[in-house]
Amino acid sequence: MKVSALTFQDLLFRLQGFWAARGCVLQQPYDVEVGAGTMAPETFLRVLGPKPYRGGYAQPSRRPADGRYGENPNRLFKHTQFQLILKPPPENVQELYLQSLEPMGINLAQHDLKFEEDNWEWPAGGAWGVGWQVMLDGLEITQFTYFQQCGGLDLDPICAELTYGMERIAQFLQDVDSIYEIVWARDPETGAAVTYGDVRWEEELQFSVYNFEMADVDKLWAHFNLYEQEAQTLLSQANALMADEDASPTARRSFPLLATYELALKCSHLFNLLDARGAISVTERVGVIGRIRALAVGVAKTYAEQQAAWKRS
Amino acid sequence: MIAGAEAELGQRVRELLERERLLRPEAKLTTYSTPRRLAVLATGVEASQADTEEQLTGPSWKVAFKDGAPGPAAAAFAKKAGVTVGELQKAVTPKGEYVRATVKRSGRSAMELIAAELPKEVLAIYWAKNMHWRAGRPERLVRPVRWVVALFDGEIVPLEIAGIAAGRASRGHRVLHGEAPVSISAAKDYSEALRSAGVVVSVGERRQIVRKALDAATRTIAGARWREDEALVETVTYLTEWPTVILGEFEREYLALPEEVLVTVMRDHQKYFAVEDATGKSELQLGPAPYYRKLLPHFLAVLNTEVGPESAAIIRHGNARVLRARFKDAQFFWEFDQKMTLDARVESLKNVTFHGTLGSYYLKTEQNLAVAKALVAALPRTESGTPRSTTGAIVDEPSLLSATRLAKADLTTELVKEFTELQGVIGGQYALTQGHSGVVAQAINDQYRPSSTEDRIPQNLEGQLLGLADRVQTITSMFGIGLEPTGSKDPFALRRAANAIVKILAESELSLTISDVVGAGVQVFKELGRVGGAPNPSRPGGAATGFDPDGAETSSFLRERLQFYLKDVRGFAYDVVNAVLAADADDVRDAIARAEALTAVRGGEDFAAISAAFKRIKNILRQAKEKGFTIGSPAGMKLAPEAQRLANAAGALVPEVATLRQERNYAQALARIATLRPTVDAFFDKVMVLDSDAQVRGAHLGLIDQVLRNFSGIADFSEIVTTT
Repeated sequence: MKVSALTFQDLLFRLQGFWAARGCVLQQPYDVEVGAGTMAPETFLRVLGPKPYRGGYAQPSRRPADGRYGENPNRLFKHTQFQLILKPPPENVQELYLQSLEPMGINLAQHDLKFEEDNWEWPAGGAWGVGWQVMLDGLEITQFTYFQQCGGLDLDPICAELTYGMERIAQFLQDVDSIYEIVWARDPETGAAVTYGDVRWEEELQFSVYNFEMADVDKLWAHFNLYEQEAQTLLSQANALMADEDASPTARRSFPLLATYELALKCSHLFNLLDARGAISVTERVGVIGRIRALAVGVAKTYAEQQAAWKRS
Repeated sequence: MIAGAEAELGQRVRELLERERLLRPEAKLTTYSTPRRLAVLATGVEASQADTEEQLTGPSWKVAFKDGAPGPAAAAFAKKAGVTVGELQKAVTPKGEYVRATVKRSGRSAMELIAAELPKEVLAIYWAKNMHWRAGRPERLVRPVRWVVALFDGEIVPLEIAGIAAGRASRGHRVLHGEAPVSISAAKDYSEALRSAGVVVSVGERRQIVRKALDAATRTIAGARWREDEALVETVTYLTEWPTVILGEFEREYLALPEEVLVTVMRDHQKYFAVEDATGKSELQLGPAPYYRKLLPHFLAVLNTEVGPESAAIIRHGNARVLRARFKDAQFFWEFDQKMTLDARVESLKNVTFHGTLGSYYLKTEQNLAVAKALVAALPRTESGTPRSTTGAIVDEPSLLSATRLAKADLTTELVKEFTELQGVIGGQYALTQGHSGVVAQAINDQYRPSSTEDRIPQNLEGQLLGLADRVQTITSMFGIGLEPTGSKDPFALRRAANAIVKILAESELSLTISDVVGAGVQVFKELGRVGGAPNPSRPGGAATGFDPDGAETSSFLRERLQFYLKDVRGFAYDVVNAVLAADADDVRDAIARAEALTAVRGGEDFAAISAAFKRIKNILRQAKEKGFTIGSPAGMKLAPEAQRLANAAGALVPEVATLRQERNYAQALARIATLRPTVDAFFDKVMVLDSDAQVRGAHLGLIDQVLRNFSGIADFSEIVTTT
């Protein structure tokens, strides 16, 4: 690797430092399995409603079908997305984004950078936006999206969402051919390196075995149904409560929609596992995505009402 | 998308200036665009509209000026017209005398008009996918508006678009120029000011730069050329503001991968141009390993910047690393996939769903095989009993069946999961490496062709038959469970599949008709089709009748596609198509031959007259039917001389036309039919068809009915639109 390049963790520190200095709330990642940083409530629910917000977090994102038993140098079951939302986006959001690359050691004068049209959508979340994939010397390093709709609701104000692919950026800057060769940390005293492989290879191997071979399809379906049922029960209670004119503001505010959303995320992850197991046919697929969508969109809609009710009270 | 918006902006500005009478005859509009900007420069624009005079007519003179003195009506009219009472004039008209005012309107300035009208035009530009960005504001554009430059010569036009006030400050290239504003002193300097800020605003110029830079970079390798790809040139032209090109390399070992894989990775995933040996063959060919000697281990990347040699090395290295990773992936999949042969993979198609109700690709493969056999059974034979094409080429049935059996096996390979657009192509490659013949490999390779009306049909007869079998199996089984396309909804792309069937029937040398193809599909669906895992209920003894048990719907669906093919793909006139298809719409190649012949003769005077006569015959027969007249026979009747002459002429012509039709000599057949014209004309001139004598009438009707029947087999001439 290039000796001057930053370690994986240093890259995250630098990036977080840059955005902290611009007023962003930084958090640790969300602690339920998600396929992308967008799905964490810090994005999915924060973007709803009028309240301005700027925040970021490095989200491990699980995509069971992408696992390759730790054998493929460019594929991971779980990768790290540094997810940033700017609501509403400042006028110079693209310039700010470009500036954020500098602390990571990317001198744009030495590189080729393109914003290529790439519109994003997550049908199960009723979410879409327009934007670009940001290409640095032919490598997609960031997805830049002007979020337009979430949970089937139009966003006003909209939100800019920046999703940095941290492994790709590290691989690029450290100039290594395998993700597993990325230097994650380096002992400042001895210079000894701990690699990405040291930290994560075993996890990639074992989860590939589980996701592709051992996850029990019937139990996955059973878990899916259980989580779905509980989410549906909560959601119908929430809807009854929001519709009840006599309900107290406190009762409305305290209704656990955040927990309901977590149950929907569980369903989404179980769907991904079932998919990796090859247990979902093309026609079934549409139906199951529809079930997850009903939960995610249902929560989003009710959550937006809850927030509005809170504001009024 | 940017190209369309650029053209639309130019058009809108032109229309705006014309509408406001600001455009001089010598005016010229030039449009520009880059990924960050749209612009239009108009020369020959008036600084203001010309003044106009308008005559307004008011009340009658007598009412307004009683006894010569202006009354209230005169004052009111003067006020309305914006003149003084003293300026009112007397207008003498044929209806009497009226008050008239000459109103002078001074033209508005271009500045004022453009400021008022241009923002509406910009915001009205169509975008396939647009966005909203200002809270609480309605405007939607492709991306947020960040700056606006509006200049009339050197002066700022005071307008505002989506909350941004126009100025003279533009922005340059993000990296080459940086964030400092670029001041445009006058409209005419726009292009040059931006050029010095690292932006080439003219698309045509950028396209030229890209092509020249690709040429220049390729020239450094002896005997090489970049693979022409117009669509990719357009893509990169619209992705860059200051295009330059770098030439990169990859390891030779990756050339062992199929060319299609390499080119797809470079073009679709990386937007790189492939470099090839200029002496290589131009057509994709399957052959023994190493498969393609044509590609060279280089790529060309179009950059949106200009850098020195040191940075160029960094960028080249970065791009090569990404490409290598992609190739490595493909190579990994390629090697991984070899662990299991296509033959072995057929079994795993049981786990690949074709459709939830219809079952797996394994079931589909079984049915495709049965359809393929049925199609072969419908082909003509050589003397030794081998199926053949119309030109006598042999259909290799064992190879066709091998290809059909293996056709879908590549759906289980990692390489196809990664590059879905290469389904079929990958299967063909694997078939070859696994020792199957070139015929089998080519058929598998081509099975999804033609993918559009422009694409070519499969190269060999076996590939054509596989393409027909696979698609008609899909269509008939989808129709069988009621999933036919409705309106604009066609989720299984059945129209595209039907278009491909028509195109193969039209352009191959297979003597198959639409009913052969549909018949094979329907028969197999009845015998082998599964619905919801159970045998097809429309089968004898089944629970229910299928949606399209006799294939009538499927046939009419294909005939619609044939009509589309003749009109939109082959460009035949709609009345020719209607006439030809009204006569027969089953044999596609025959329909084309008839349409060609008909197109050639339809302009002739005799032919137009014959068409008109046939239309008349049709009308008379319809009226006769409505009135309940009996259609008799002219045979043995004493007829008027003109009627007898027609009967004789037509009778003599029938065997002649039949022979010509048999020989598919349609041009000659139509020419012969046209010779009937004087006889037909004379008949209608002299003979009262609907004679009061029922027997005579019956004989006349019988005569024209025979003429119509005997000569409408090539085309129904009454469909031909004539000017007479």
